[in-house]
Amino acid sequence: MATIGAPPEVAPATPLTRRRRFGDRAFRWTTLVVSVGLVVMLALLLWVLADGGWRAIREFGLHFVIGREWNPVAGREVYGALPFIFGTFVTAIIAMVLAMPVGVGVALFLNESGSVWIKNPLAVLVDLLAAIPSVVYGLWGLYVLVPLFDHTVQPWLSASVGKVPVIGGLFQYAGPGGDLFTAGVILAIMILPIVTAVSREVVSVVSTETREGAIALGATRYETIRLGVLPTARPGIVGAGMLGLGRALGETIAVALVVGNSTNISASLFKPGYTIPAVIANEFREATSAGLHRSALLFLALLLVVIALGMATMSRFLVRRTARLVGDDVAAQEEAASSTLGMA
Amino acid sequence: MSTMEMPREISTRRRTKDRAFSIALWACVVVALVPLLLIVYRVVRLGLAAVSISLFTHTALPASFPGGGMKQAFLGTAMIVGIAVLISIPLGVLTGIYLSEYGSGRVAGVVRFTAEILLSIPSIVAGAFIWALVVVALGNFSALAAGIALTVLMWPIMARATEEVLRLVPTELREGALALGYPRWRVIVRVVLPTAGAGVFTAIMLAVARGLGETAPVLLTALGNDFVNTNPLKPTDAVPLRVYNYAQSAYPAWRALAWGGALMLLVGVLVLSVTARMLSIRQQRRMR
Repeated sequence: MATIGAPPEVAPATPLTRRRRFGDRAFRWTTLVVSVGLVVMLALLLWVLADGGWRAIREFGLHFVIGREWNPVAGREVYGALPFIFGTFVTAIIAMVLAMPVGVGVALFLNESGSVWIKNPLAVLVDLLAAIPSVVYGLWGLYVLVPLFDHTVQPWLSASVGKVPVIGGLFQYAGPGGDLFTAGVILAIMILPIVTAVSREVVSVVSTETREGAIALGATRYETIRLGVLPTARPGIVGAGMLGLGRALGETIAVALVVGNSTNISASLFKPGYTIPAVIANEFREATSAGLHRSALLFLALLLVVIALGMATMSRFLVRRTARLVGDDVAAQEEAASSTLGMA
Repeated sequence: MSTMEMPREISTRRRTKDRAFSIALWACVVVALVPLLLIVYRVVRLGLAAVSISLFTHTALPASFPGGGMKQAFLGTAMIVGIAVLISIPLGVLTGIYLSEYGSGRVAGVVRFTAEILLSIPSIVAGAFIWALVVVALGNFSALAAGIALTVLMWPIMARATEEVLRLVPTELREGALALGYPRWRVIVRVVLPTAGAGVFTAIMLAVARGLGETAPVLLTALGNDFVNTNPLKPTDAVPLRVYNYAQSAYPAWRALAWGGALMLLVGVLVLSVTARMLSIRQQRRMR
């Protein structure tokens, strides 16, 4: 504990002088005003995007969201954002499908493993994935993952799963270059830490209570988790997935480098696509002065923030509810909330 | 791992299932760690090959020449992150103080919720916001705009992290100082903050680690620059931007530089976040 200097120049037990009361009040108000500034900033952010995006939505209406043609050439401007919305959701869903089982598996492992000497370093290592800058993921994806997938994984999947009727259409090899699938895999790696951290909190809150009961009944570890832990933890785990999905939807640079940036909508995951953040990053330069184009990009940003906030809020609700279901373990809830923050 | 003793009567089928499950969990851990190792290995190997003195002392040479560097990007990142730190330290620490020391009412609840919401907005949205607000208004991409965009991301991180470390300071300490006749605000400034000093520093490091590696918001606001720029109101380069640009380059020399820049980013961010984590673990142990 730091040593505390004795308070200087304070006369003991005198009633509060006016000056001191003023100091207290001024300090309190300063911190309050700054804190409210944070709320004002969020409001301003939403207003700037909505106000900026208004023109595009007035011009194109619903067509903005369902239209497939995107042409920023002056005089022939058409803005239909469906290819970007499609690509954003496809890549994010691939990421979630891949990251969820692994993330929950790691969470269960970290929770069940008895030894602190394995647990803590492992948790730190998984967290490090969250610290890697997205441009580094992008660079690695572009020069390592894309060639690897082009030469091995995708031709192989195309030749095997691609032959299966109905779902085979998703896996048609489409030649070298970036594509939706590769982007989804990169995103899966990037959201793994957050999915793991949130699932781990949920699972650890649940298991102390149920585990002992299940073990007392003679269940094996697998049965304890399968019948005791997972059913109770399910809403929270879904919440972890939604938080991951929200993260994946908004990732920009890594995706822009590997997704192929093509506005075609195709069934095969091995074909290039485009996402909302990527199109904003690629086109803002030309749109800085032009009105309608800028408006279209700002509306896309608004769309992104609304979806991401919806996901985060729902996830928060689900995680809190799971924690509460299991008992009023306030400390555990606080811990869950703070560790989610630490990951940000 | 297997702290519980299994009774003899457990059937082979149940036992096999349990064993298979253990193996599956191990497999998940391996699958999670392999990308980390692959990425770090590749970045270190190709990055080391590209790191030399000229990476820091030269700007880019014409594309076909090997060598050159990204001096302007390192200077730009220092300026942009410096601006962001200057703005967001006072804002973040004051917000953290409010939440921890005064924050029990409804206003504090709203502020806390806002901070959480801001933590989950995609970083490109912060970029688009400042692009529409500052860049378009000033008519110019600039380091200042990039600093503000990073502030949008760093302020809530710093606020929540500061709140948490201040809460670790024992209440008895505050009560003791108040009983000695200190006014509340001086208790906070002279007792609470110094006691949590290392923790507040950790909060700042976490926020800087986040700001350092961000590409999208800086791209939308600072744009990038091939040359050294020291005017905060002019387009400025940054290491992540240079890596992003060179990654898409057709020239091997520039791609090599991209790996060098990526290595520097990775080292910077990892050192900051690992140090912050270790400091905060030590701090928590000390407080309990």
